[in-house]
Amino acid sequence: MSRLVISGISKSFGAIQALSSVSLSIEPGEVLGLMGDNGAGKSTLVKIIAGNFLPSAGEMRIEGKGVVFHRPIDAQREGIEMVYQDLALSDNLTAASNVFLGREPMRSFGPIKYIDYAHMNTVAAELFKQLKSETRPRDLVRKMSGGQRQAVAIARTLLSEPKIVMMDEPTAAISVRQVAEVLDLIRRLRDRGISVILISHRMPDVFSVSDKVAVLRRGQLVASKAAAHSSPEEVTGLITGAIETA
Amino acid sequence: MTTLDDIIGNSEHRSWFARIRSLQVFWVFSAAVLACLALTLLTDTFASDRNLFNVARNFAFVAIIAIGMTAVIASGGIDLSVGSSVVLSAMVISVAMASGLSFWISALLALGAALLVGLLNGILIAYAGMPAFVVTLGTLSAARSLAMVLSDNKMIWEFGPDHGILLWVGGGSTFGLPHPLYVLTALTIVMSLVFRWTRWGQHLFAIGSNENAAVLTGIPVKRLKVSIYMFSAFTAGLAGILMAGWLGSVTTNLGQAMELTVIAAAVIGGANLAGGEGTALGAVVGALLIEVIRNSLILLGISTFWQGMFIGTFIIVAVAFDRFRNFRA
Repeated sequence: MSRLVISGISKSFGAIQALSSVSLSIEPGEVLGLMGDNGAGKSTLVKIIAGNFLPSAGEMRIEGKGVVFHRPIDAQREGIEMVYQDLALSDNLTAASNVFLGREPMRSFGPIKYIDYAHMNTVAAELFKQLKSETRPRDLVRKMSGGQRQAVAIARTLLSEPKIVMMDEPTAAISVRQVAEVLDLIRRLRDRGISVILISHRMPDVFSVSDKVAVLRRGQLVASKAAAHSSPEEVTGLITGAIETA
Repeated sequence: MTTLDDIIGNSEHRSWFARIRSLQVFWVFSAAVLACLALTLLTDTFASDRNLFNVARNFAFVAIIAIGMTAVIASGGIDLSVGSSVVLSAMVISVAMASGLSFWISALLALGAALLVGLLNGILIAYAGMPAFVVTLGTLSAARSLAMVLSDNKMIWEFGPDHGILLWVGGGSTFGLPHPLYVLTALTIVMSLVFRWTRWGQHLFAIGSNENAAVLTGIPVKRLKVSIYMFSAFTAGLAGILMAGWLGSVTTNLGQAMELTVIAAAVIGGANLAGGEGTALGAVVGALLIEVIRNSLILLGISTFWQGMFIGTFIIVAVAFDRFRNFRA
């Protein structure tokens, strides 16, 4: 059974048709590369899946069950996590604190409740180990490399055992070595059976990890096919409109 | 060969000394201790009981508010209204007590008045989205004016039936230590624990370092901000009550320009105006250093006109020092 099926999703903002009847599916442990030019509707689609927007028409199914998300928290409850482009990290907190931000485990000492740092550090260290990232839970995020920061943001999504992780431009503005690190992180997620939706402009990165590529142009899905049967040249053509559909 | 486990398990600092050395508060504290040692050797008045008592009491007022200010600054804001909250609180308690109310009821009224200023600041900043600098600049002016209206701009030195209690609370001492110092000690310990070990403290620093991230992770940022400004106003109200008791009289120029000393203390103690950094102990040490500088200039017979020059230099040196340390790292 497919992890996520969206069918006939449309979204209009006033007179602007941002998405028109987009249908797409993603399997467990599959990496989907979502591509398109600026303004093609990538963010709109992702925001609908993440519960930021309600679609104007169409429906979504998670593992066969119809879902409607009114708020981001509704999507999180169904196991959909989002890694934002700016990563949404607090630089002055430790890696472990960032992983647990907003859901810190508490211990009680009589009537007094306090944060269980030991537990946070252990769990965070375990998550970094699973991601094979050399990230120390007690270090401040401010001092970390782009790849480590990405690991912290991804570890945060893993805390809730997600089904789908969506990543917005995770390889933009980081060094080549760190790109390799981030792509490895994405493969680890896939190996755990998590479906990954990767939004990116960087063609080589998308093709090196994706099982499937989907291309949006002016709100319409113009391609959705196995990455092995496509090529960066074809996708470029699809994005610009030189190739109509594939 | 080092494994992934070793790397993840490693601590950032090799020893406890390396850890302490990386804290700004350690260096500021060292400077304060050095200044005290030098003064003990250079003058025979510094180490006298009388002088130490005065230093301890004088710095306590600034330090108490500096802890509140540290919370605000660490959350990425600023509170310019604390000096006016001090005078408002002092005026409310003196007017209430002069009218015959008991000390405890008057003290609650005074704290309530200060908390209202904080509540107004917090609501305008968090919910109306106005800049903290402008909002608190407004309440700086408004709260002092309210204190003038309340007292008809007259000095109050008769505090009704509980006159003695107020003077004892603010100006008295137990076991040779002034009472404001006890209040400061309790507040420092409680707030050090709160900053580090509670969600409120943790989220406060999260807001200061990346407000957008805090919103996205579901932290109730707006409510938290209101509580932070109320806490800052609470510390100002507390200091106002203690100062009224210490001085034995209240005039409407009490706490004038105090917000600047308080901000200086917080910043010297390691609070980062960009948000996300600061400690309760740092605020206290920063306030202590300012008071020691002030006291030493007087004892050494240097004109008090030089005071501002020394404190100003110290603010810049403390922040520059932090900058250079981060460059190296």
